[in-house]
Amino acid sequence: MVLAVLAAASFPVLAQAPVPSPQRGEMFFKSTHGNDWSCASCHTENPLAPGKHVKTGKAIAPLAPAANPRRFTDAAAVEKWFRRNCNDVLGRACTAQEKGDVTQYLMSLK
Amino acid sequence: MANETKRNLLDFSLWIAGLLAGMVLLAHEAMAGGSLATPPNAAWKAECESCHIAYPPQLLPAQAWRRMMSQLDRHFGADASVEAAAAAEITAYLERHAGTGKRVAGAGSSLRITETPWFVREHDEVALKNAARCAACHTLAEQGDFSERNIRLPR
Repeated sequence: MVLAVLAAASFPVLAQAPVPSPQRGEMFFKSTHGNDWSCASCHTENPLAPGKHVKTGKAIAPLAPAANPRRFTDAAAVEKWFRRNCNDVLGRACTAQEKGDVTQYLMSLK
Repeated sequence: MANETKRNLLDFSLWIAGLLAGMVLLAHEAMAGGSLATPPNAAWKAECESCHIAYPPQLLPAQAWRRMMSQLDRHFGADASVEAAAAAEITAYLERHAGTGKRVAGAGSSLRITETPWFVREHDEVALKNAARCAACHTLAEQGDFSERNIRLPR
């Protein structure tokens, strides 16, 4: 116990327990975060299904890799979309943990 | 002989009239939209089309495109920012093919194509449900084809 606290104090990274959680990711995905949109506004509540841009109506291919194997295969594209969409949904960049949670959630869908 | 000359003259004037009518139609089509295809550019198409069709560069003046490209992180309420290299390439492409003359006359500071006097005039007989979705009626909009013959109004 003392050791754990000591470790957390000396290594703040450990204190954040950055183990990705699909449950947390799902909550994050389906909630709004102070702005009008959630992830689900465009990607729908079911990321295995195609989505639709809430403003322009443009069709969006499914986000879950089980339905669309090209997802999460291009690191630059992933970072680009997290940058844009986190800014739209949260008004800030997502944390590593938020990105990890959402990615885990999407990869857990079958 | 005189009759034949008269007939030839009539034929000739009919032919000229037909030619003129054709030219007027072509000019109208060109002004109305018709083909707004531009030489393909991969960055322009890929980046713009990830959220909406790549709207024809001719529909806004160069200075409007420049301003839009300089504030892509606040693009009509969404963050559409692109990498610096792609942004420079797309800006140059838009400038090269930007609209001039009547079609972009009065293009305001809103940077919206749908608010240019030309766009409003062209669509004054239809009720647009979502003006961002050209392809809902202009079936070949993605290829830059806005000709009347390829319009299909949804019911």
